[in-house]
Amino acid sequence: MNEITFTINDQAVKARRGWTVLETARECGIHIPTLCHHPAVTPSGACRLCMVELRDGDWAKLVASCIYPAAEGIHVYTDTARVKNVRNWIFQMLLAAAPASREIAELAARHGVTGTRFAAKDPDEMCMVCGLCQRVCEEVVGLSAIAVVDRGVHKRVGAPFMQPTDVCVACGCCVNICPTGAMRKLFDSVRGETATKLTQLAV
Amino acid sequence: MRKESAAPAMAPFRLNAPGDLETLRNKIIESRDPNRPEIVVCHGNGCLASGAPKVAEAFKAALAETGINAKLMPGVKTTGCQGLCSKGPLVQIRPQGYFYERVQPKDALEIVEKSVMAGEPVERLMHKDPETGKPLYTEEEIPFYSLQERLVLRRIGKIDPTDISDAIAEGAYAGLAKALHSMTPEEVVREVEKSGLRGRGGAGFPTGRKWRSALSAIEKKGRPVYVVVNGDEGDPGAFMDGAIMEGDPHSVLEGLILGAYALGAEQGYLYVRAEYPVAIRHLEMAMAQAREYGLLGENILGTGFKFDARINRGAGAFVCGESTALFTSIEGKPGNPRPKYVRSVEEGLWGRPTVLNNVETWANIPLVLGRGGQWYASLGVPHSTGTKVFCLVGKVDNVGLVEVPMGTPMDRIVTDIGGGVSGGKPFKAVQTGGPSGGCLPYSLKDTPVDFDSLTKAGSMMGSGAMIVMDEHDCVVDLGRYFLKFLEEESCGKCLPCRLGLTRMREILDGFSRGEGSEADIADLTSLAEALKDGALCALGGSAPNPVLTTIRYFRDEYLAHVSDHKCPAGVCKHLIVYAIDPEKCTGCGACAKNCPVECVTGEKKEPHVIDAAACLRCGICKETCKFDAIFIE
Repeated sequence: MNEITFTINDQAVKARRGWTVLETARECGIHIPTLCHHPAVTPSGACRLCMVELRDGDWAKLVASCIYPAAEGIHVYTDTARVKNVRNWIFQMLLAAAPASREIAELAARHGVTGTRFAAKDPDEMCMVCGLCQRVCEEVVGLSAIAVVDRGVHKRVGAPFMQPTDVCVACGCCVNICPTGAMRKLFDSVRGETATKLTQLAV
Repeated sequence: MRKESAAPAMAPFRLNAPGDLETLRNKIIESRDPNRPEIVVCHGNGCLASGAPKVAEAFKAALAETGINAKLMPGVKTTGCQGLCSKGPLVQIRPQGYFYERVQPKDALEIVEKSVMAGEPVERLMHKDPETGKPLYTEEEIPFYSLQERLVLRRIGKIDPTDISDAIAEGAYAGLAKALHSMTPEEVVREVEKSGLRGRGGAGFPTGRKWRSALSAIEKKGRPVYVVVNGDEGDPGAFMDGAIMEGDPHSVLEGLILGAYALGAEQGYLYVRAEYPVAIRHLEMAMAQAREYGLLGENILGTGFKFDARINRGAGAFVCGESTALFTSIEGKPGNPRPKYVRSVEEGLWGRPTVLNNVETWANIPLVLGRGGQWYASLGVPHSTGTKVFCLVGKVDNVGLVEVPMGTPMDRIVTDIGGGVSGGKPFKAVQTGGPSGGCLPYSLKDTPVDFDSLTKAGSMMGSGAMIVMDEHDCVVDLGRYFLKFLEEESCGKCLPCRLGLTRMREILDGFSRGEGSEADIADLTSLAEALKDGALCALGGSAPNPVLTTIRYFRDEYLAHVSDHKCPAGVCKHLIVYAIDPEKCTGCGACAKNCPVECVTGEKKEPHVIDAAACLRCGICKETCKFDAIFIE
């Protein structure tokens, strides 16, 4: 009884108990775009690119597949008009929020979004504050050298209190996990003196 | 609010059995002389702002001055919000029930001499019948009150919220005593289910079903289970929860204790925003007094049932009124919502089964238990039972706190109770449910105000704020206002909300400058739908409602902005031009003197003119003009 059967785009799929809809889709080779998801850390459901539509007769609603638990008999659709509308607008806003990120531009283009109606605020910006760097630092490395500071529309990534920190061991996990390439640039602003020395030694 | 001189009527004594409560209540009532004159001064927020504390002081001074015989000496009592906020400070004289509005300190002596000493009314301070102009003597005669059904608010404005004996005399804790005396926890849950009560926080989830799900979660996961009061009321225009906590904290506490009994909880939390210091103080006093009386803490009413609660202060984040953000805030983490595919009743506070209800919902529970679920279900309409407290604000004559049965037509609330828009014109629209709700036009004035009818019309019940708008309010401006508010209050966790609110507001900013096209209105609608579908929590998910409903019901007004570059309401600064009517202008020069950019010119005693190119459209000239000569073209 550890197996769950449901459908994605009318195709029957099997999941293990505890899997999310996204994990099941990936296992079956069905593509769902994501940015803030990584199997190494707890999903947070922040970027909302992985939205899928659940349908049951006339009833329908959108859920984030990275956190929605696979359940027996549900009907999941990954490419409906509502799903595409959400994705389209998120991509358009991302292209304006992080215009310097090649990764975002590529993923957006893959979903047919190549331009945006919005004006970019900073042409050099690459970060869209998904928080993966902070999660990997805390959950995998076991440190908290990176934080998501401030709140709301002012939220950004940096060292706690925006002060370079010696807590960083320069392991590079954040650079590696960053889905937009932003951490390559932000890395130096996080590290304090000790960590800077460490990387110099490593070089 | 308790004055140093006024000791509680009864020294506290511990209630050792449910039956003791009734004995105590009778004792309190017997010890009071019903004919004793009493001056009741409203100390709700509206009246406090309009000077109620000075009025109360003036009454004390007037009593001392008249030197009324010690035996006749009436008390000055301060209460929570009496409801008619725009007419404050409000004062009532008992036992006659004379109702005075806009009382000033200078009126105190006259009221004491005439009403308190001689029992006669002071007609000039009374509420006037809107049609005949005749003075209305008591609450019962004033339509604002007589058309309401005040159940949740039944004690507010009558009792001194800092004195538990006052609340007990008016029936507080009777529901708890009844439940502990003769009902099992299961029977309490069943009574709540029977009542049909739905959560008053906004979404209207059936309270009984929530409690029942919590019981099944407890069966699986065991205890502890927590009960939580959501007192983080933050919608612009909403103050009913604050008024309940300030005016009758015991009703919230009694509801919470009943919930704890039904679910077997030993610990409860009251999450109250720090901007409600009076509510927090009154709840703290209520809890301390309830503990003294054996109504909270160990061995409640001698039955062995044990439950205590504590207050957590919200630190000013609107989003912490969202259930999961509220939990993370209590847990000491940043108040970000978490994904809700596992419900809070299963995994809430500290990952434990948790029942979170809004202040007003908890305050309904004693009614349900005291008078029975069946009685409760007979109020209101089939799928929205009971009454609902609304905050009537905006361009309405009687701004204040209103309680009516669910399903009451919107027009009855706004026009009959609220007195309608000043000047007697029909209202333009009503925004229900704050920033998460929608904007309903006058043509829907007969919409029954209940959960399902409002949702059907594209709005929602939300917290119960009702913002009344007239022809001088612009729907584009309304959308900008709410989006700006939510932009500041978004937690920033999910992309649609963090980025989308700003982008929506920018499109509206364009409209307010006359920029944009019909295609932009279509884009805005589609982006709004994406936010509704895509946002992580209800803050972002419901944020587009004001914009979507105004586009649905006031499309012409949007078109006027983008196609004709006009703001019909005369609000959007870039689209209006101030001008002077030469017929009315007397050439007094007041406007020219006050204009910050000196763009009004003219000879003395000759009609002046405004240089539209230099004008900032600040409107100071229009406010200054005594002859109504300045108008918006």
